[in-house]
Amino acid sequence: MNAPDELKYSKDHEWVKAEGGVAAVGITDFAQHQLTDVVFVELPEVGASAEAGKPIAAVESVKAVSDVYAPVSGEVIEVNDALRDAPELINTDPYGEGWIFKLKMSDPSAADALMNAEQYKEHAASESH
Amino acid sequence: MPNRTPLYEEHVKLNGTIVDFAGWELPVQYTRLIEEHEATRERAGLFDICHMGEFDVTGNNAFEFLQSALSRDLSPLKPGRCMYSTMLNERGGCVDDLFVYMKEPENFMLVVNAANIKKDFDWLESAAQGRGVSLSDRSADTAKLDLQGPQSAAIMRALCSSELPSRFGFISSDVAGVKTLVSRTGYTGEDGFELYCESGSAVALWRAVIEAGTPLGLLPCGLGARDTLRLEAAYSLYGHELSDDISPVEAGLRFAVSAAKDYTGSGVIKKQLADGAPRQSVAFALVERGVPRDGCEVVSSGSPVGRVTSGTFSPTLKKGIGLALLNSPAASIGGSVSVIIRNRPYAAEIVARPFIAYRGGSK
Repeated sequence: MNAPDELKYSKDHEWVKAEGGVAAVGITDFAQHQLTDVVFVELPEVGASAEAGKPIAAVESVKAVSDVYAPVSGEVIEVNDALRDAPELINTDPYGEGWIFKLKMSDPSAADALMNAEQYKEHAASESH
Repeated sequence: MPNRTPLYEEHVKLNGTIVDFAGWELPVQYTRLIEEHEATRERAGLFDICHMGEFDVTGNNAFEFLQSALSRDLSPLKPGRCMYSTMLNERGGCVDDLFVYMKEPENFMLVVNAANIKKDFDWLESAAQGRGVSLSDRSADTAKLDLQGPQSAAIMRALCSSELPSRFGFISSDVAGVKTLVSRTGYTGEDGFELYCESGSAVALWRAVIEAGTPLGLLPCGLGARDTLRLEAAYSLYGHELSDDISPVEAGLRFAVSAAKDYTGSGVIKKQLADGAPRQSVAFALVERGVPRDGCEVVSSGSPVGRVTSGTFSPTLKKGIGLALLNSPAASIGGSVSVIIRNRPYAAEIVARPFIAYRGGSK
């Protein structure tokens, strides 16, 4: 399972890259694989406020829609506009060009409470049974 | 405990993602839905459809019975030909949609939806009382495999020495050593075959078709691709476009009802054919990127006019498409409507059906 060590993870299969109080967020390789071909991403509005654990975006495959939850609270300061025309970036590069939005975290240390890569791999393995 | 088809172990071996469908454990996809969809459009796909129901209807009066029970005029049937029809309740609502196969003048096979097997059999038994026909439910010992796509005929020729039937025709033939009913029909909008055999032979037939088809690009396909393929072809799915509360006229299936004979529900149907039905099923495409889903509300000039009955992202057209049941005044081709997806309106246009025209020949 591909889950880079430098990232933090939520139980809802989002990854977080926290730097200088800003959190870049996407969905994990495990999540994109479960969803299969992503054909549409509903991005949040810049300026929207995100509450940890609440849906803030949506990712659609041919078969199903899946909510993307805010892993930490904060304000949306940037969204990945490239996903509007190329939603498949979530499949091809989930931890890079497939990032979804960036949050200015209300609590800059909030990401510390999320899972590390090792813990996330165990969590994902338990869900794939 | 969910039901398993005779091919369950094959799906597991192929790493199929197994889901519950109408009480059956079936693969929704093996590798990627879009890849399986494209294989069927461009080459060939093989589907496990063993869950569907098969009934035998036999007896001197079998034809007269079916002609009085089902909505379509079955008089064009001949031995070796099959027709699509519906069976209706007194309100003109659809009990089920089905295929009627005339094997011999007094021997028919009906193919019905998996979720409706019991309901349909009870309905037919009650309609058949005193009619001198005998009914039997063959669903448990009948397997059904769908081979679909432009390479289907070449694959069948490699497995079967008989001359292949033309569209809506069928033959009984040996296929790779398995006694099979080979029907030139399908649910994808492509040329193809529906293959019926005894459940005990399903694995042998499945493996033989995969072996012959793989060099021609065949992929085993899950229910996910089956749904996107049928939706691009704008074929109705029971429980979505059709239900006990939706008539075939409303669903756009005028070809499947007759105004010239009497059958259960015919009073309502004849009135709808003459005066128009209150609702009409339409095909629509989103004009912006998005994915409409079953149940989404459809709005025209600010007022709700109906709901989406099936929606998806079309792998062929690369846009959101669907079928919706609308109040008839709103249901004109070329009309602009909005589909409400997660509380946001998406602009859509009502278009002619199907999205993808049938691409097989008539032969």
